[in-house]
Amino acid sequence: MSKLKLATVWLDGCSGCHMSFLDMDERLLELAEVVDVVYSPIVDTKEFPDEVDIALVEGAISSVDDEKKIKKVRDHSKMLVAMGDCAITGNVPSMRNPIGPEAILDRAYIQNASAQPQIPCVVVPKLLKYVRPIHEFVKVDVFLPGCPPSADTFHTALIALVNGGPLDIPALTRFGA
Amino acid sequence: MSVETDVKTLVIDEQEVSARAGQTILEVARENDINIPTLCHLEGLSDVGACRLCLVEIKGSNKLLPACLATVQEGMEVSTNTERLQKHRRTILELLFAERNHICSVCVSNGHCELQTLGQEQGLTHIRLPYRNPELNVDASHERFTLDHNRCILCTRCVRVCSEIEGAHIWDVMGRGINSLIISDLHQDWGSSACTRCGKCVQVCPTGALFDKSKIGSDHPKYPEFLPYLNLMREAQ
Repeated sequence: MSKLKLATVWLDGCSGCHMSFLDMDERLLELAEVVDVVYSPIVDTKEFPDEVDIALVEGAISSVDDEKKIKKVRDHSKMLVAMGDCAITGNVPSMRNPIGPEAILDRAYIQNASAQPQIPCVVVPKLLKYVRPIHEFVKVDVFLPGCPPSADTFHTALIALVNGGPLDIPALTRFGA
Repeated sequence: MSVETDVKTLVIDEQEVSARAGQTILEVARENDINIPTLCHLEGLSDVGACRLCLVEIKGSNKLLPACLATVQEGMEVSTNTERLQKHRRTILELLFAERNHICSVCVSNGHCELQTLGQEQGLTHIRLPYRNPELNVDASHERFTLDHNRCILCTRCVRVCSEIEGAHIWDVMGRGINSLIISDLHQDWGSSACTRCGKCVQVCPTGALFDKSKIGSDHPKYPEFLPYLNLMREAQ
């Protein structure tokens, strides 16, 4: 059996889910026998591949760039896993929603700037009005809540997904876990 | 000498049970180890049937009844966990999560929250409804406690415990529907209200809406079990 192609994607999140993924430690070797990591912040590939079997997505959709990325990920992945609370609920990044991006940018780049106060408008992508979970943009196949989901949760879930075995997610994790 | 009691027999989830007349379906179910999820109900307080999580099906009726308020009837056949009820319960929880800003990961009640636990028990892994993200205040004017409206689910346990047990009735509900808000006294800061600082409302709050300022992180378990005990001691006097 050829190995499954696994991608991990980092949108508006703190990278904690990726850290927890790495916390699988020696179990990563076991996983490496059945999957190839073809795209991830922790590998060198810059372009999302054309065909991915399982894509793990960390982070909420906060900018026009995130929105573009998640659509590309969906188009090229057989299975999309929303990894962690930011991807699933908006979590901490969504705390700006009641306040709005203008007020946040003003606070960060104007009020608190000691020199040349200006809101960045080139290179950095434009923020969306609201931070939203990824399932509001694309179809999500598996939801793995947690902030972050524990390494044990990752291991149990990934082994089940790779083998197509049964997976009882609420027994493993919850929002805020 | 025998005390005459009016005994009712009924069926809950295909289990024959007996009850005293006037008992609620919830009481009888719990006496028989049948779990019905609840959120606004708390042993020791009056019931208001606000959260609708305890809705049950009665054979022969299309109407769903809140188990915390519906009293047992002779020959009743109750179902507490049908597919229809599970669907409604999940939707109710999703509505609660979507209504205000419940950010579990940074909540003082993370790991001790009844809403969070119920979500997990009812198999929620995501919220299908769009989040409302309302702009809500945090009242930190009290010297010991904080009220965070972002986490409030309007179960009114705080209102009831303050009125029925403490006898101060500083809490109440203002507004209607989606604009409802827990207020102290006549909508003034908690710190300048007639609060007796007993802290009962904090202990009965199922979420992180009411919390003790001395607690940090998510180290804030609550202990509402004192209520039935307190009631029992008062009755004995």
